[in-house]
Amino acid sequence: MLFRSLVSTFAFGLLLTATQPVSADWRQFRGSDSSAVALDSKLPAEWVDGDKPQNIAWKLKLPGRGLGSPIVVNGRVFVTCSSGFAQDRLHVLCFDAAKGQKLWERQFWATGRTMTHPKTCTAASSPCSDGQRIFALFSSNDIVCLDLDGNLQWFRGITHDFPNCSNSLGMASSPIVIGDTLIAQTENDADSFANGLDVYTGESRWKRTRPKRASWTSPSPLKDSVSGETLALLQSSAGVEAVKPQTGEVVWTYKSGAATIPSLTVSEGLAYVPSNGLTVLQTEAGKSEPKQLWNVAKLGPATPTPLVLGKKAYVLGGAGVLACANVEDGQTAWQLRLEGPFTASPVATADRLYFVSETGVCQVVQIGGEKGEVVGKSELTLGKNEPADLIQSTPAIDGNALFIRSDAFLWKIAETK
Amino acid sequence: MPRSTIRVVLIAILLIPPLNCFAADTATLVLAIKAVGREGRGNREANQAVVELSQQDVSALPAVLRGFRDANPLAANYLRGAVEAIADRTLKAGKPLPKESLEKLIRDVEQDPRGRRLAYELLVRVDNSAPDRIIPDLLLDPSPEFRRDAVARLIVSGEKLLKDKAEDDAKAAFKKALSGATDDDQVKTIAKQLKGLKEEIDLQKHFGFLTSWRVVGPFDNEGLKGFDITYPPEEKLDFAAKYEGQKGEVAWDKVATDHEYGIVNIAKQIAPHKGAAMYLTTEFHSSAARVVEFRLGTPNAWKIWVNGKLLFGRDEYHRGMAIDQYRVRGELKPGANTILLKLCQNEQKDDWAQRYEFQLRVADLSGLGLPSQPAQTTSQK
Repeated sequence: MLFRSLVSTFAFGLLLTATQPVSADWRQFRGSDSSAVALDSKLPAEWVDGDKPQNIAWKLKLPGRGLGSPIVVNGRVFVTCSSGFAQDRLHVLCFDAAKGQKLWERQFWATGRTMTHPKTCTAASSPCSDGQRIFALFSSNDIVCLDLDGNLQWFRGITHDFPNCSNSLGMASSPIVIGDTLIAQTENDADSFANGLDVYTGESRWKRTRPKRASWTSPSPLKDSVSGETLALLQSSAGVEAVKPQTGEVVWTYKSGAATIPSLTVSEGLAYVPSNGLTVLQTEAGKSEPKQLWNVAKLGPATPTPLVLGKKAYVLGGAGVLACANVEDGQTAWQLRLEGPFTASPVATADRLYFVSETGVCQVVQIGGEKGEVVGKSELTLGKNEPADLIQSTPAIDGNALFIRSDAFLWKIAETK
Repeated sequence: MPRSTIRVVLIAILLIPPLNCFAADTATLVLAIKAVGREGRGNREANQAVVELSQQDVSALPAVLRGFRDANPLAANYLRGAVEAIADRTLKAGKPLPKESLEKLIRDVEQDPRGRRLAYELLVRVDNSAPDRIIPDLLLDPSPEFRRDAVARLIVSGEKLLKDKAEDDAKAAFKKALSGATDDDQVKTIAKQLKGLKEEIDLQKHFGFLTSWRVVGPFDNEGLKGFDITYPPEEKLDFAAKYEGQKGEVAWDKVATDHEYGIVNIAKQIAPHKGAAMYLTTEFHSSAARVVEFRLGTPNAWKIWVNGKLLFGRDEYHRGMAIDQYRVRGELKPGANTILLKLCQNEQKDDWAQRYEFQLRVADLSGLGLPSQPAQTTSQK
C-alpha cells in the first residue's frame, strides 16, 4: 500500500514537472550569469496596464523606494526597498511569484550613510542569491543575509566598519555570488575597496583596495576561457581587474580606463567593457593583461549595460539609439531609435530585447533579422491617465514572466489569456 | 565577553533540553549577539545565536526588546531580525502578541529607542488604536521616529484648525509641532505655515547652527595635496599669528552668516579660492560634559577637530550637500569647547564644482539642536 502511494506521488510529481514551465531563476542583477538573457522564456510583446489589465498577472505597491532589480529564486520574488525621511529603513521583501502574495518582509536600520542624489535612494543595488540565501546590499553599505524564509543569517555594516567608505550621491553597485563567495564593490572617492565575503558567515575572505573614485558599476562573473574558472571582473575608472573569487588574487588587469556607470557584460568567455567606447577583452594564457580583440569608439553605452546575444552586441547610446554590432569586429549592423530616457539595462529572450524607460514605456524589439523592429510598445501606469513613477530598475525574467519594479510598484508581466 | 566563553555557553545551550531553560537561553543568546563587532568579529557566534533566538517562543519578545540597550548598530539589526521572525511566526500561527508588555516597553524611555520603536511597530500590527493612544505623548521622545509621527499629527491638526479659521489655535499647534521637529521637511512645512500666520521662526536657533567663525586661509591644496598637510592652525590656534598662505601672507579674520540654514559661503563671502584649504574655528559652550553629534553639510573635503582632537575627515569633492550630511559623534567638556574645521576646495572648472561652503550644527544624539550656553547670538533679525 505504501509502495503504491509512493509510486502515485512520484508519478504526480513527474506530471507536474512536465506540465509546468521550468523556472530558471534570476538570481542577481541581469540574471544568474549576468548575461541578462533568458533563452527559453516566452514573454508577451505587449500588455495593458490600468482598469482592464491584459498580460499583467499582478501588480503590487511596495513599502518604500528602490531601483534595485527584483530577483527570482525557487518561485519567489525578492525585492529591496528603503523608507523613512532619511531613507534609513531597509526592507527585504519576498513574494510568491505565481500569485504575488507577500510571504514575508524584514526590516533593518541602516548603519551607514543614507544621503543620495534625489533620483536614487538607499535601495539602489540589486540583491543576489546563491539559491539558499538572499544577500541584500544597500547604499549605506549594509549587507543583509537571510535564508529564503526570511530568517536572518548574518549582517555586515561595511561603512560602520570603515566610516569613510561612502558616497554622498549614493552607491549602486550590485553584488554577485560566485561559488560560496559574495563579491561586493563599495567604491568611492575616499576609502574605496572591494570585498569577498564568506556566504555562510559574512566574514571577509579578502578586501582589495580599489581606485579612489566613485563607481556605480557591478562586478560580473567571467567563465575564463583559459583556466575554466569563473573569475570576478571588477570595473572602475582605472579599467578592469579579473580576480579569483575565493582569494581576490588578481589574474589580469586592464589599465586603459572604463566607465563608472554602465557595467561591462560577459558572453562566451569575453568581456564587453564600456571603455573608450566598447572594448572586448579575453584572458590570455600566462599574461597579466588581457588580449584586446577589438575596440569601437562610437559604441559607448549611456547608463544601461550592453547586452550580447548570439553573434550580436546591443548597446544603448545616450540619445536612446540602440546599436547592434557584430561581435567579431564591432561593426554596426543596424541602429534603431527608442523612446527614452533609460536607466534600466535591457533584458532578452531568444529573439526579443526588452527595454523599459524611466517613464514606464516598455519597448520590445524583435531581433534576428537584418534590422531590429519594435514589435510591442506598452506603458506601465499608476492609474488612469497617470504614468508610472520613476523606473530605473532592470527587469527580471523567470519562466515566462517579466518582473518590473518602479520606485513604488512591482509588476509581473505574463500571458494571462 | 570573551569569544571562547560565548562558544562554551552556546555549546552548553545546545546540549540542554529546551524545556524550563527559556529565560537563561534568551539572555545568553542576546548577549552573544551583542558581542558582534567590526569587520565580522563575533559574526559566527552572533549568526548562530540569531538563528536560535529566532526560534524562541513569543514570550521571549519583551526580553529581546529590552536587550537593545547598549547594543551597537550591528547587534541591533541582528536582534531586530530575531524579533521579526518570532513575531511573524506567532501571528501566522494565529497566536497573540504580548500587547501589554509591548506598550509598557514603548512607554519606558529608559529603554533603547530602537527597541521601543520596534515594539511599537509590532503593537500596531495587532492594535490599530495604538497610534492614537501612544503617539501624542512622544513629541519630545528620544526616538526621532516617534517624534516625527507626533509632529506629523500636530501638523495635520494645525492645518485643520487653519481651515476652520481658528488661527490662534493653529499657531499654537504648529509651534508645539516645531518643538519636536528635526526632520527638515517637517520643519519647512511648519515654518511656512507659521510665516503665513505672521510668526517668524529662527531656524538657525531651532537647528543649532553655528554662525560666527574665525577664518584663515587659503593654504595650498593644489593637486589635492593640502588635505593631508598639517598647516599651523592644526597645531596651535593663535589668532594674532600670520602664516605663509597659498598666495602670500594670511591672517585670521571673522566671518558670520545670516543664512537661515547657517550656510557659510566661502566662495561668495570670502573668495572663490581654488585648490585651497581654509581653516575655520568657533567656540561652543556646554553646561556639562556630554556626548553630542557634530552635524555637517558641505560639498568640499573636510576635517573636524574638537578641543584639539581630530574626530573625522573626508576627502570627497562635489558629491552634493545637505543638512546633516555627515554626523560625527564627539565629546563636549563643560564650558568652552573649540571646534576647528578644515575645508578644502579642489581645482575642477565645471560650473557645478564651484561651491565652497558648509553648515555645521551641534545636536543631541537624536538630532535635536543644542544651543551654545550662553546662547550664541544668531545673526537672524
